[in-house]
Amino acid sequence: MSEINETLNLKAKLGLNVFKENEHFHITINPGMENDARLLNGVLTCPAGLYSVNSEGKYELSQDGCLECGTCKIACGDEVLSWQYPEGASGVQYRFG
Amino acid sequence: MSEEKFETIVVGGGLAGLAAAYTLAAAGKEVLLLEKGDYCGAKNVTGGRMYVAPIRDYFPDLWAKAPFERAIVQEELCLMSATDSLLVRYNGEAIATEPYQSYSICLAKFDKYFAKQAEKKGAMIVTKKKVDTLLIENGKVAGVVAGGEVLRSNVVICGDGVLSILPQQARLQKPLSPKHFAVGIKEIIELDQQVLEDRFNLSSELGAARLYLGDITEGKFGGGFLYTNKDSVSLGLVVGIEALMSETPKTELPEMLDRFKRRPEVASLIAGGQTAEYSAHVIGEGGYKQLSKLYADGVLVTGDSAGFMLNAGITVRGMEYAMYSGYAAAQAVIAVSERGDYSAQALSIYEKLLEESFVLKDFREFKDVPEAMDHKRLFTYYPQLVGGVLSSLYQMPNGPKERAIPTVRKLVNFKVIKDILFKDAGKVIKL
Repeated sequence: MSEINETLNLKAKLGLNVFKENEHFHITINPGMENDARLLNGVLTCPAGLYSVNSEGKYELSQDGCLECGTCKIACGDEVLSWQYPEGASGVQYRFG
Repeated sequence: MSEEKFETIVVGGGLAGLAAAYTLAAAGKEVLLLEKGDYCGAKNVTGGRMYVAPIRDYFPDLWAKAPFERAIVQEELCLMSATDSLLVRYNGEAIATEPYQSYSICLAKFDKYFAKQAEKKGAMIVTKKKVDTLLIENGKVAGVVAGGEVLRSNVVICGDGVLSILPQQARLQKPLSPKHFAVGIKEIIELDQQVLEDRFNLSSELGAARLYLGDITEGKFGGGFLYTNKDSVSLGLVVGIEALMSETPKTELPEMLDRFKRRPEVASLIAGGQTAEYSAHVIGEGGYKQLSKLYADGVLVTGDSAGFMLNAGITVRGMEYAMYSGYAAAQAVIAVSERGDYSAQALSIYEKLLEESFVLKDFREFKDVPEAMDHKRLFTYYPQLVGGVLSSLYQMPNGPKERAIPTVRKLVNFKVIKDILFKDAGKVIKL
């Protein structure tokens, strides 16, 4: 049993949460900002690991498993990201919180 | 478009909004609360402990059946260097006597319960409804826009959470800076109740809170926490956002939590446990100086949305401030509704109520703590020093053992530490 916790990777951990589908993802990298260095802050701080750098050196934002904490909004800033809460009845629904 | 006008609209079914709706409804006032989640609490996260003591009397009917996890009767502090740790456990009559001062809680469960109680008092709660913007007309807040629908009210109470999006629309709050915020991440790890009680030396129903400082955040501003729930633990980290962005070594936050869980001191506590949920939340660390403006024409700001989160050294609190600020906002609305005057001047009574209460007294008292805490030595030097000294004292060499003081002298340059302590004392004295 203890191995479960030791090996639980981030995707699996996020898979334990209840998420409801979202018609439009609520965070977007503003046009032309895909290479902006401030997006590295998203890589370092996002609890769900949604920010990454692709082989061309561009930042990518994955949509699955957003915890809606807003850390990236604060860390990257509003110039780089458009950040809104998801629509009602979508996104993460915490059972414990 | 609806032309219906409500007396009060509350945005957000967290502790602040629910406290406002509950208090207004209990006084027979009309109140509509809008929550974007499937239920109140669906978007809410706590590390895990509510101090009931300061707010008990304002919600007398709420506590008897509240879904608390465990009364916290054991306070623990663990200093960690890369290889050593020191655990201090405090048991004391004052915190172990009923009525208990604090309880571990799971906030989604608590808010769900709180919403039901508010509804019983007569509050209207609509879930799955996101408020997009405040409705601002002639410089006054006149209601909200939710899902394209205009909903008018005499007053709006913002309890929309730490990102403070609505207060920023009304220019009551500045854009948020990474310097003043931390991010908290947490796992709920389920454990057999008996196993949990044995591991923490607890009797049934009673619980422990443990704070970790030092190497687990790699010396960055922040720490770890562990709260015992009924049959789970809340285990997590809080780390300053700016520190994560700029300080080396640069470690991605999720990896930091995994390393924390792999520390032998932590791994043994959660062995056999199964993670049930992984959550994250932003926490304000700026204290008094980062509070929003609390009122304007037709609007009041409460809870995290107003910045009511306080790091007072080894206690970090927000939930009690949220609940009292919601209560005070409701009292302010009740007071002004008799004359039907919802101007900023009339609503300023809200700030007066907060000034007279523990809320703004605490924030003023601890206003210098953010600067004192913003201090690398607290998170690196001291945990390393303590770890090093204890390691030398307890280790038995193959050959002869030195006396204690010469051992310590080797590790500690007393002249240096005297200077450091003198400098830090001036800061620590503010805690």
